[in-house]
Amino acid sequence: MSQLEVKNLYKIFGPSQKKALEMSQNGKTKDEILKETGNTVGVNNASFSVEEGETFVVMGLSGSGKSTLIRNLNRLQDPTSGEVHVDGKNIVDMNAEDLRELRRKRMGMVFQNFGLFPHRSIRRNVDYGLEIQGVPEQERIERAYETLKLVGLEGYEESKPSELSGGMQQRVGLARALVLDPDILLMDEAFSALDPLIKRDMQDELLALQEKVNKTIVFITHDLDEALKLGDRIAVMYEGEIVQIGTPEEILTTPANDYVRNFVENVDRSKVLKASNIMSKPLAVVESREGPKAAVRRMRNEEISSIFVVDKSRKLQGIVSADDALELAEKGEKSLKNAIKKDVYHTTSPDTLIVDLLPMASEAKYPIAVVDSDNKLLGVIVRVSVLSGISRKGAVSE
Amino acid sequence: MKVMNVVFDAIDNIPIPSLPLGDIFEGIIDFMVDYIGFIFDGISASLNGMVNGLEAVFMFLPGLIIMFVFAALAWYIGGRVLGIMSFVGLLLIYSLGLWPSAMATLALVLVASFIALVIGIPIGILAAKRDTADRMIRPVLDFMQTMPAFVYLIPAITLFQRGIPAGAIATIIFSMPPVVRMTNLGIRQVPSDVIEAAQSLGSTGQQLLFKVQLPIALKTIFAGINQTIMLALSMVVIASMIGAGGLGSDVRRALAQVDISNGFEAGLAVVILAMIIDRITQGLGDKSSQV
Repeated sequence: MSQLEVKNLYKIFGPSQKKALEMSQNGKTKDEILKETGNTVGVNNASFSVEEGETFVVMGLSGSGKSTLIRNLNRLQDPTSGEVHVDGKNIVDMNAEDLRELRRKRMGMVFQNFGLFPHRSIRRNVDYGLEIQGVPEQERIERAYETLKLVGLEGYEESKPSELSGGMQQRVGLARALVLDPDILLMDEAFSALDPLIKRDMQDELLALQEKVNKTIVFITHDLDEALKLGDRIAVMYEGEIVQIGTPEEILTTPANDYVRNFVENVDRSKVLKASNIMSKPLAVVESREGPKAAVRRMRNEEISSIFVVDKSRKLQGIVSADDALELAEKGEKSLKNAIKKDVYHTTSPDTLIVDLLPMASEAKYPIAVVDSDNKLLGVIVRVSVLSGISRKGAVSE
Repeated sequence: MKVMNVVFDAIDNIPIPSLPLGDIFEGIIDFMVDYIGFIFDGISASLNGMVNGLEAVFMFLPGLIIMFVFAALAWYIGGRVLGIMSFVGLLLIYSLGLWPSAMATLALVLVASFIALVIGIPIGILAAKRDTADRMIRPVLDFMQTMPAFVYLIPAITLFQRGIPAGAIATIIFSMPPVVRMTNLGIRQVPSDVIEAAQSLGSTGQQLLFKVQLPIALKTIFAGINQTIMLALSMVVIASMIGAGGLGSDVRRALAQVDISNGFEAGLAVVILAMIIDRITQGLGDKSSQV
């Protein structure tokens, strides 16, 4: 069962919502409904589910309904129609008390402009959620300090929000949500108000933090690069509708329509595509027990000048160049052993981003070997595929 | 020309009934005096008790002690200069022989503005929380503020007879609008993302109000409190016309006798009191926003 499941969610603003809802369900467009009824369709039939521990990014331009959508998830706004299930329970039917309990225990939220309490110290901002639940002061302070340490704000506990920079303020916002140890974290354009360098730092830290705390995150952003970097899956919103849901690679490689295609056109693919996306299957390998002749023959067939050597379980042993193999063959040696070189080529994991392969690729004499954690050879990357991977419609494997 | 005259005459002959609005209002007041007069007697007695009681305390203590208490309060809230100036100002009032009048005025101002705040702040909160309430309260406030202050005196006399309670009621009504408006404004100015944040953490309505909205609005509310007290002070001079006593009576007497020197002295005493109270309440506002 998914941790968070949204079914056919509609949010309509304005006077005659019932009629507008009907029109929307009958496939009328946002403009038609606005003209006829004066209602604005904020969210139009959104359905998706988020698994435990997943980072689900909702991406769209301003006015696409993403901020409305996230406010319906913890009912800061009430949906016009539809269901929102948290661990199988529909929160749209919940009474005020249960809803409060849900917000206190299960769902935290982080805001674009931080929403800090200006009259409270950093520590008392963070422990607000505990205070309103009646947690004793000593425990409150301990937990607030602990959480502030987690987000890297040790030593600022008694400062006021106005004394902190934007990035630090948002850490306070994050700590304030995390101190309640919620299962689900809603982040509404959490980093959009920060300047680019700080923003990147915060993204990296969120990724690192997520390794430690492993929350289910719904992250709203208008920034495609941010979406691609943070999201396990991405939902693209346009005019209140979710037009595509997929992994970053899927969004990039198979956009669902022209809108998404235009959107992803200018993205820096080297920061999204990974080694596994551009490697080719290692068709040409020799096993270490095979002799020089077999190696030479295989290289000649594949028209390559070097070949990787693996053992029986395909663990990488080294590389042999055509010249060396030929020399051994002419000498009549039966084993490749003396020609196998280690440390002259680069290895990498399949999850390495292309941007990080660039320095290796530019100086490499041999192909880059892609290996898993057991040193098993998964694929090879030649320099040209790194370069074409960066450019649009590049050599995405298969 | 002729045609116009005929037309205008015709228009003038359209009967517009004269509306006896004033008579209706008078009728309401008479009705209240006749049938629920006991309520006003009760209010009258308690107002009298509060003002006279406070005045008695002020007069029981030696003047110098009160000056020291005020100066210390002013020093604590507004700093050394304010403390010294307050002491000098009060000393001046004393040496002008206006001390008893000033204490009577102070007692009336404090009681009237206290009641205005106790009623006004909750009304301001209500107006901030409910748009319908805001829409209903706003014209009432406009009415209270723009109706000439003297007009309040007439029904006040009818309901309470001449004296302190009538003056206090007129002062309360006249001075209440600023604190209502500023409380409303202060709460409405709290940024929406701060409110959303408090809600997303699971605040109840009361927790949101007392832990977030009111503390953030406090500086604005204090500006309203300051204005209310200032208006109360300006009203007590007018209220002296219906026998509320205090410095207002001195001003009125000087006016009647065209006595420049006494008029100036009594007026100066009002100004000194006003400045001391103004600076102290402003200082309170600044202090509250630093907490």
